[in-house]
Amino acid sequence: MTVEYNAEQKIPYPALWHVLYRSSTPFWDGVKEDKLLLQKCKSCGSFLNPPRPMCPKCQSMEQEWVPATGKGKLYSWVTYQESPHPAFKAPYSAVLIELEEGVRIVSNMVKVKPEELQIGMPVQVTFEKVAEDLILPKFETMS
Amino acid sequence: MVEYVKGIPIMRPYIDQDNQAYWDAVKQHKLVLQHCHACDLYLHPPRPMCPSCNAQDTLEWKPSSGKGQIYSFVNFTTDRMAYPAFKLPYAVVLVELEEGVRLTGNTHQIHPDDIYVGMPVEIMFEDMDDDMTLYRFKKRDG
Amino acid sequence: MELYKEKTAIVGIGVVPFSTDIGRTEWYTACQAVKLAVDDAGLDMKRVDGLVKNVDDGPDQMYVQKGLGMDNLTYTAESHWGTSPMMNAITAVASGSVNYAVYYQTAHRASGPEKSISDFRVAREMREDLLDLIRADFYTPFGLIGQPGYVGMTIRRYMHEFNVTPEQMGWVPVVCSENAARNTEAVFFDKSITIQDYINSKVVVDPIRELDCAPKVDGSIAIIVTTLENAKSLRHPPAIIMAATQGTSSEGQFFTSYMRDTITELPEMQFVADELYRVAGIGAKDVKVAQLDDSFAPLVPMQLEALGFCDRGEGAAFCEGGDRIRNGGQLPLNTAGGALGQGRFDSARIVEAVRQVRGTSANQVKDADMVLSVSGAGGPADGLILRRQ
Ligand SMILES: [Zn+2]
Ligand SMILES: [Zn+2]
Repeated sequence: MTVEYNAEQKIPYPALWHVLYRSSTPFWDGVKEDKLLLQKCKSCGSFLNPPRPMCPKCQSMEQEWVPATGKGKLYSWVTYQESPHPAFKAPYSAVLIELEEGVRIVSNMVKVKPEELQIGMPVQVTFEKVAEDLILPKFETMS
Repeated sequence: MVEYVKGIPIMRPYIDQDNQAYWDAVKQHKLVLQHCHACDLYLHPPRPMCPSCNAQDTLEWKPSSGKGQIYSFVNFTTDRMAYPAFKLPYAVVLVELEEGVRLTGNTHQIHPDDIYVGMPVEIMFEDMDDDMTLYRFKKRDG
Repeated sequence: MELYKEKTAIVGIGVVPFSTDIGRTEWYTACQAVKLAVDDAGLDMKRVDGLVKNVDDGPDQMYVQKGLGMDNLTYTAESHWGTSPMMNAITAVASGSVNYAVYYQTAHRASGPEKSISDFRVAREMREDLLDLIRADFYTPFGLIGQPGYVGMTIRRYMHEFNVTPEQMGWVPVVCSENAARNTEAVFFDKSITIQDYINSKVVVDPIRELDCAPKVDGSIAIIVTTLENAKSLRHPPAIIMAATQGTSSEGQFFTSYMRDTITELPEMQFVADELYRVAGIGAKDVKVAQLDDSFAPLVPMQLEALGFCDRGEGAAFCEGGDRIRNGGQLPLNTAGGALGQGRFDSARIVEAVRQVRGTSANQVKDADMVLSVSGAGGPADGLILRRQ
């Protein structure tokens, strides 16, 4: 199923504003244009996920943002029987997707019931406008 | 003396079990001080254990005369360093009570320029609103 | 040669009885725990010269000093996770900077924030939500919120990779409840539960059940570390520190280290194990009792694997039936009832390790001459091995 929200409650937004951590801003700028971008080390080519100011493999501080294919597999998931936050209607699932590029991201599935979830199932990204000013990258079963 | 700017809330004391009796008394316009009866020792600020004998059940509350002398003081004169609820200039005094402990507070009808170390003062109480009472210090005859 | 090895010991423990509403401020119980520990050691308060604590827990050193009346501390420190401040205490003593270091952990997590001195608790929770920015950017917008959910993602994968059944996951809670039922100090479990009770336990965040999660509790504990030399004049035989360490690993994220090649092992705990056994010069088979981090019970099998008590993927099978992890079994676990029985309170594991070494546990293991205690199954880990004199 698709996660349902309580309209009168604010969904927790990404903390882009914070002075300590702006590394993820390009990711969320990409999402606004229906693009799934990944941070990549310019020096050694490693994907950096979550985004960060320095590559842990080569300590380079030069990065670039490259588009992901948006395809991947379901790596793990949890299903909330009770909602931990008033914006989310329980039950709903949070999923961990392993992208083709080898990195994993947390997201939600759209139009899949929790009992249909299976580790390893192929998925692809889709973009859902969940609030007037918030688009989230979500995943659907690969058609 | 201190005057307040209307509309800006004064920061309230944080009241918990360790200082509840102190602020309850202030509300009734009384000053009480924490005292260890085993050591005959006055303690301020209130705390959960006597630092001299490490007992927790020997602590009691004793009425204070509220009289003392100014031990030190500061005058707030510019808004850069002051909380905006207080009209400038104002003084904060450190008063050594007859019991030996020191309290911070504001003054009543004493111009900051007239304050001096050793000035004899006594406590008075002021109801700020329905559920907050504070104290300040006024001149007394030495 | 590690300076601290066989040169330092735990000589005092102070435990304010756990409660779901302790009815006092954190300031009060912090002072109380240190006093209890100092009395337990048979020490003069004025000789304590070091105070260490967890960053997020309880009143700071200047506050407790106002009650304890120590004049001169030559050493204070804060460390972040688990029982990692023990390393501050141990290394400070071993270096000679401090004679008697006290680690105090005070947190009233079960009762309201109004019960604590100033706003420590509020600060603690704000910090968790706001300052973990990776979490705020990449987890919460998708409703992955709260530790049961974080842990569940790892546990689903673990159960998938190693064909673990929910029933196998239930034996740690069952055995902890049995131990807790025999320990009058444990707040939870008046009587033990059965595996069926576990299976019937409410699923909170699938695959995590209510009985997988250690309840919050109000507690306050103090632990005193000194040199073996100083220990000679104190009341109890020392619990000698054979080895102690912290362990971290790259790509760590509190309870959510999802980006590693595999998420079904605990590299931090693996580092702790390697270092502890290397320094102590012993192996997993020499450990007679273990106090593992059961804040979330399904993480215990992964700890058993990391600590070398069984092979990878066999942790849940190791616990199955409960006999191996009961008193009398191959490796008695969490003999005071664990976090599941006593409430989630990391330093309680070290207290129980000391009691096993002293021979005063409510579930005393015979010949408990070497005891292990670890914390931090969800991220940065730490641990120690104690032995009898
Ligand atoms: Zn690189
Ligand atoms: Zn006293």
